[in-house]
Amino acid sequence: MNISHYEFDAIVIGAGGAGMRTSLQLANAGLNVALVSKVFPTRSHTVCAQGGITVALGNMHEDDWRWHMYDTVKGSDYIGDQDCIEYLCQNAPDAVYELERMGLPFSRIDNGKIYQRPFGGQSRNFGGEQAARTAAAADRTGHALLHTLYQQNVKAKANFFTEWYALDLVKAADGSVVGALVMCIETGEIAYMHSRATILATGGAGRIYQSTTNAFINTGDGIGMAMRAGFPVQDMEMWQFHPTGVAGAGVLITEGVRGEGGYLINKDGERFMERYAPHAKDLASRDVVARAMAVEIREGRHGMANGVPCVYLKLDHLGEEVISQRLPGIREIAKTFAHVDPVNAPVPVVPTCHYMMGGIPTNKHGQALNRVNGQDKIIPGLYAVGECACVSVHGANRLGGNSLTDLIVFGRGVGIHVENELKQNHLHFQAADDASMAQGLQRLNRWNTHKDGEDFMQIRDELRAVMQNDFGVFRTGQYMAEGLKKLEVLHERLKHASMKDFSQVFNTTRVEALEMDNLMAVARATALSAVTRTESRGAHSREDYPKRDDANWIKHTLYVDDDKIGQIDYREVNMQPLTVPAFQPKERVY
Amino acid sequence: MTNTHTIKFSVYRYDPEKDQEPYMQAMSLELPKGSDMMLLDALEYLKAQDQSLTFRRSCREGVCGSDGLNINGKNGLACMTHVSELKQPIVVRPLPGFPVIRDLVVDMTQFYRQYEAIQPYLINDNKTETKEFLQSPKDREELDGVYECILCACCSSSCPSFWWNPEKFIGPAGLLWAYRFIADTRDTATEQRLANLEDPYSLFRCRGIMNCVQVCPKGLNPTRAIGKIRSKLLQRAV
Repeated sequence: MNISHYEFDAIVIGAGGAGMRTSLQLANAGLNVALVSKVFPTRSHTVCAQGGITVALGNMHEDDWRWHMYDTVKGSDYIGDQDCIEYLCQNAPDAVYELERMGLPFSRIDNGKIYQRPFGGQSRNFGGEQAARTAAAADRTGHALLHTLYQQNVKAKANFFTEWYALDLVKAADGSVVGALVMCIETGEIAYMHSRATILATGGAGRIYQSTTNAFINTGDGIGMAMRAGFPVQDMEMWQFHPTGVAGAGVLITEGVRGEGGYLINKDGERFMERYAPHAKDLASRDVVARAMAVEIREGRHGMANGVPCVYLKLDHLGEEVISQRLPGIREIAKTFAHVDPVNAPVPVVPTCHYMMGGIPTNKHGQALNRVNGQDKIIPGLYAVGECACVSVHGANRLGGNSLTDLIVFGRGVGIHVENELKQNHLHFQAADDASMAQGLQRLNRWNTHKDGEDFMQIRDELRAVMQNDFGVFRTGQYMAEGLKKLEVLHERLKHASMKDFSQVFNTTRVEALEMDNLMAVARATALSAVTRTESRGAHSREDYPKRDDANWIKHTLYVDDDKIGQIDYREVNMQPLTVPAFQPKERVY
Repeated sequence: MTNTHTIKFSVYRYDPEKDQEPYMQAMSLELPKGSDMMLLDALEYLKAQDQSLTFRRSCREGVCGSDGLNINGKNGLACMTHVSELKQPIVVRPLPGFPVIRDLVVDMTQFYRQYEAIQPYLINDNKTETKEFLQSPKDREELDGVYECILCACCSSSCPSFWWNPEKFIGPAGLLWAYRFIADTRDTATEQRLANLEDPYSLFRCRGIMNCVQVCPKGLNPTRAIGKIRSKLLQRAV
């Protein structure tokens, strides 16, 4: 096989918010950075973020980043790393102001400052009254943010490798990461990108579920790459189900609707969140609201839409002006995908897979971590940032509006760290290990040459059904154990599966087949981690273990793949912020 | 009595590795009676039947701009077009005016180049501000109906002026973005931006045909934006 060779100071894999914030930092520092993306950058899934970016700017009322930190720690159900949450909340204002000065078209309040709306799980003064902390560009904040970052990368003359697909990490003999194998989708060209720093920013993997708000492209590529390189992934049992996906279509309706005053009703028109979260009601944390909806549906107080049992999101009382001004995109989505104009009628919604709290474990600089003899060990040359990383600032449940904050604070942070490391010559070009290179090429080669096996698309459908049925909002040990067994059968079948298009030019079927390996890796990691955690915490809600168990489970789950079902290990949660006392676990009520 | 109905398609096919020239292929789907889906979902089912069928897609909710196609003669997004609203056979072609790479996938290099030509980023001389640049809600309103562009190219690829002069005419999408920065009170390079559009081609090749307005899946109005730039150029000349 003919392999071309490129050399860069750094390669960033993934051109969503995290990847482009990182590459911008590096390009502006004059470093030779490649931005590798399987889609044109503005097609990345960040573009779908709606409601906003949470940051203590204090534009609507007095605010403090420590209050943001308190909410985030509580939201994480106390397994978020507090040193990293501190870094997130403390650095968010500067990172957001910077975005504004780059041109992000935020909505405004009368004094000309950035508009901020209330979001779930937000409080003033450490658990006091509802805060309005989520900075917004109408309900198109992700679009505005992603385009702004793309524009800045154009200005900074970053090297775009657009519609190039990353296959696998390449390691040196000593285990450090020295680059990646990539494929040009248009021509089929295979290249080895040799680099001093490799940054994974590949986003989430919501496509392991049947019903998801996630784009087709969210297939966990970086997670699969890290796992095949033998590195651990963390807290993979933690999947967020967003309360308001359009029933049947899965398309997201922002939490900002409830922030603006919308609320959920069951088929009897009852505002049922008053029963589940008397104080915060519809602005309780997403895990709490999603479970309440699932109970309403299970107990029969649901309607039907598109053949799916659902409850309803009511916002007609907000009036056409507020809806047009603050939620124009939602109106368009509801009309297109639910055949409902929210100005007149409630929108049918169901909890829908939305966000992967787990990912590649990193420290607050984004350096990827291995676990050796019970100790963290930095993997030289490898970074992870954004949804594919588990820093961990979201712990067991991410607060709405905190994902965009995560992307830009840590995107910038990783950029700064890599820049310093490169300038101080701490990261070097190292020779690739032949075995590591061969492993990546072998996977590609198998798909390219293996004919007449089972259709991988069939296995993909079955995988999604297993995840949907056995690893959803509510989980039980018995079903999960059965799900795990089914996954192992699918895993075995996938080893002998085939695609049906073997062409070179723009072969999207080959990309999907390669993605399938990553979906399988993510699903298996999720399943075993979920079976192992015998408690309920955040988004991981077990009917056979309904209580949170702080004595045994304030720790991160690690999963390492092997030829069997994989192995579980643990990491301690960081409870040592630098500038404030740690927030101790307490009962989580909203 | 059958419980399904057949949806017929005629799909543009071209694989440069095996086809001498492009052709239209008849394809069909059986759907349960009374059911509907988006054209993108239908394409996904067709691809499951024939894995060589090639198209781009990402968000499937009309925000990423990947799946601009020519559908029964009109440009639009496959993910926001209901199959039930289309006359059959549904004729699906790549966006017109661009070189075809394969099937429904076109080479958009020229489109992106014109976007880059207008300096699509905020320029502001103030390097000392540490917080946000202030902007009144009214000034911010000028960006509504402009900044929402998703770069799907439905507009530019339906514009005859862009077909004729893709190297010299910026096209409706690029000009919409040019106006987005001209209209932004935070941008301090208005004069430079206007000067860059003064030649006979970049902007003035727009003949007000308004195909762009008719097809924009986000309901935006590039012609109006072009008109506003024109007025500013005229005011400046006086």
